[in-house]
Order: sequence, then structure tokens, then C-alpha cells
Amino acid sequence: MNWSPMLISLKTASVSIVITFFLGLYAAKLVVGMKSEKIRIFIDGILTLPLVLPPTVVGFFILLILGVKRPVGRFLLEFLSVKIVFSWTATVIAAVIVSFPLMYRSARGALEQVDKNLIMAGRTLGMSERRIFWRVIMPLALPGIASGGVLAFARGLGEFGATAMVAGNIANKTRTLPLAIYAEVAAGNMEDSYGYVAVVVLISFVVLSLMNYFTIRGSKYTDKDVSK
Amino acid sequence: MFKLQRMQISKLRIREGNVKMKKTIIVILMLYMVINFIGCNSETPPAEPKEPAPKETILLAVAASLKNCIDGELIPMFTEKYPNITVDATYDSSGKLQIQIEEGADVDVFMSAAMKQMDALNEQGLIKEGTMVELLENKIVLILPKDSTTEIASFEDILKAETIAVGDPDSVPAGQYAKESFENLGMWADVEAKASLGTNVTEVLSWVAAGSADAGVVYATDAASNENVKVVTEAPEGSVSKVIYPIGIIDATTKLKAAQNLTEFLQSEEALTIFEKYGFTARRKK
Repeated sequence: MNWSPMLISLKTASVSIVITFFLGLYAAKLVVGMKSEKIRIFIDGILTLPLVLPPTVVGFFILLILGVKRPVGRFLLEFLSVKIVFSWTATVIAAVIVSFPLMYRSARGALEQVDKNLIMAGRTLGMSERRIFWRVIMPLALPGIASGGVLAFARGLGEFGATAMVAGNIANKTRTLPLAIYAEVAAGNMEDSYGYVAVVVLISFVVLSLMNYFTIRGSKYTDKDVSK
Repeated sequence: MFKLQRMQISKLRIREGNVKMKKTIIVILMLYMVINFIGCNSETPPAEPKEPAPKETILLAVAASLKNCIDGELIPMFTEKYPNITVDATYDSSGKLQIQIEEGADVDVFMSAAMKQMDALNEQGLIKEGTMVELLENKIVLILPKDSTTEIASFEDILKAETIAVGDPDSVPAGQYAKESFENLGMWADVEAKASLGTNVTEVLSWVAAGSADAGVVYATDAASNENVKVVTEAPEGSVSKVIYPIGIIDATTKLKAAQNLTEFLQSEEALTIFEKYGFTARRKK
């Protein structure tokens, strides 16, 4: 069995989850803090779109922006000699965009459920907004945020449609686990894909268990707090 | 009031209908007379009065890669020439069609995307003797994005490309041929290191068309189907086995004449020109 698709997938998923985590959290914080209901609904729709669109459509939009014949892609290529499409970076971009909504929505839900009274209490005690966010909001919202991150990681690991479109299927460079599995099955080598499939199933299962662990621990934590 | 009007209108319509009916009857009568007249004058002495040739329907089994030109152009052209013959076409991979024919599917004419399937049927005696013709060839070509400025002019140059789009040799026939060609040129290992392997030809085409890959290798017919790629050159002579599209009449056909009309038509200059428009190379008899 060739290990390169696994390494590429793990590398892609690890880098993309770091980006997705902070991007999603930040977006959630911004949206929760928005005053206008209408704008909030609109922005929320746009940020969630990659979750419901077919990944090929996401890939289409990425190509529309970063393709070498498109303004941004051409600019990067001509002035910085950076070609994003068909590079490893493209696998990260695809994974980030596709997994972003999971992180964003989980974080948003978690942030919205934080008891407003506790935030007010913090303010009356003279805490700065930043301190309130990190010392009050984050600990309370952490289980939701963490499970969102875990889900987003799993989604990034499994990303296939958009990746195939913008990153191609280059051995040792952009061939991720899902692409390797697809290619093996298309070639009729079901047996050769067993190993890959086992790895994906195993990682996904571990990830889901982690998520449950976070959720259960989180609920105990909040229950205790409420009972006190 | 309204009722009356309506009645008048419907009467009028009936009258109009009558006029139309009369006209058609007259036309039919005239046609009948003309046909009789021609029949009397014809030199051959057919004893029985000649009826218009009976309508026949023949089934053409064609490799899916021929669908566009057969469906879109050649069948309409054929039916214009032979109005009494209806051609039904069924499209699938050549291998599946071969199996269907072996299982006794009611096919009259078979056109395969490779010699393998036709040879297999021929060996089993399922193709009428002497009717198999190597009609077309599909070349393996090197393509670039339409507005590419790279200096890639031959298969040997392809390593100048940063990424190369090729069909996965394990699952895509065009990829197998590309691999074969590069292996014979002694450069497959280098190509493979830069290759993005598509799981179907459309994927390979779109990678090159979007400029994501700098060069690609596909069938000439695939290249002709996408206006955002340009063909640079064919695979070097002898580096790759020929991709032949043969045609043959199925031995069990009950409509031999109509089937012959069709195969002859598909070999006519007029039909070959259409095939060439879709990227095929016609194998004309010298």
C-alpha cells in the first residue's frame, strides 16, 4: 500500500483545520455581534452556502477566482509566479472552504447559547470585552466550538469534489485519500483500496468519538455550573 | 345568442374541414396517378404493381464515443436519403454492446471503438462474412490550453510542462494509450511524476481547458469536442497502437439490404467528412 495519499490527506486536513478553526470562530463572533437582523441572515446564508452546495460547485467558484485564466489567478501567476491550482495549497483551500460552514455554524450556535447574564455580570465587574470573550464566553462555548472543529476536521479529510477540480490528482502532491480511493475503484482494484478505506473509517470514527467526548464533558461542566 | 354564434362557427369549421379533406384526397389521387404512370413507363417489367418500399427499422449498436456525430448528423442525413429506413441507435461501451450482441440482441449493424470487440464477435461467426470494415481511426493527440504560449510542440517536449493531464492508465483507455506512447519514448517515469491522473476524459479535458494543467494527452475526438484546447501534434508514428473503429453487419440480421445501405452510406465520402469534423481520421480505401 502506498502511504503518500494518507500523509497528504493528514497534512491537508491538519493545516486546513487550523485555518478553518480561527476563521470560523471569528466569523461566528462577528455574525453573533451583528445588530441588523437582515444583514445577519444574509451573511449567515453566504457563509453556510458551501455546506449545502455540491462540492463541484464550490470547486467551480474556486476555479472562477483562482484559475490561471481568471483575474486573481492570473495576477498571482504573473506577478508572484504562484500557481495555486494543481498545487498542494489548492487541496488546503478546497478543504477550508468546504469545512468552514461546519465550524462556523457550530461556533455560532455555541456562542449564542452563552448566558447573557454572565456577560453582563462581567461588564459590571469592569472586565474588558476581550477579557470577557476569553474568560467568560469561550469556556462556556468551548464544547460546541470544539465539536465543530472536530467535525470540520473530518469534513476536510474527506473532501473530494472540489479538490479534484482545483488540485487535480497528482501522485505525491495532491492525491488525497478520497482521490486515491476513487481512482482505485474506477480502475477495478477494489482490493487495493481496502487499506485506504480502513484508514478513513478509523480516523472518522476516532474523530466522532472525540466529538462525543467533548459534548458529554461539556454538558457535565455546564450542569455543574448551573447547579451551583 | 352565444349558442347560435357558436353553432355557426362550428358549422364553418366543418366546412373548412371538408375543403381540407377534399384537397388531400385530390393530392393523394394525383400522387397515385403519377406513381402509376411512372410504374408503367419503367423499363424493368415487374409483374406486380410496385408498392412504395416497406418501412424498415434497423438497429445500429454504436460505441458511446460516436454518439454526437451519429445521432446529431449522420442518422438524419441517412434517413433523408433512404426515407423508408428508420435507424434506431443504441449507445454504450463497445464491450457491453459486444456482450449484448453475443446474448442475441436484435442488432443489425455494430460499430465498435476498438478492434478487440469486433474481432471477438467475428471469431464467433456473429459478423456477416466480408462486411467488416476498418472505418475510422482515433488518434492520440497532445493538447494545450487554447491561448497557451508554452514551447511544447511535440510529445518529447511535454516535460517542459509543469503539470500534465493524462487519463488514469488503470481506468481510462486514452490514458493507457498515452502511457504506452510515453513508455515507448522512454519518458513515462518523468511524465508520471508531473501527471495529474483523471478518472475520465472529460476531467482531463477540463483541466487543460481551464489552464490548470499545462498540457494533456487525449483522443483527437475529445480534443475536437472542446473549443478551449488546441491540438499540437499526434503521438509519434509507431509509438502507440492504432485505435481503429470498425463497422460490421451482424450475421443474424433479417434486413440485410437496409443494413448494407447504412454501412455503405457510413463509408461514403459525405459521411467520412462528418466523422472528420468530429476529430476522427477516416481510413479511406486506396
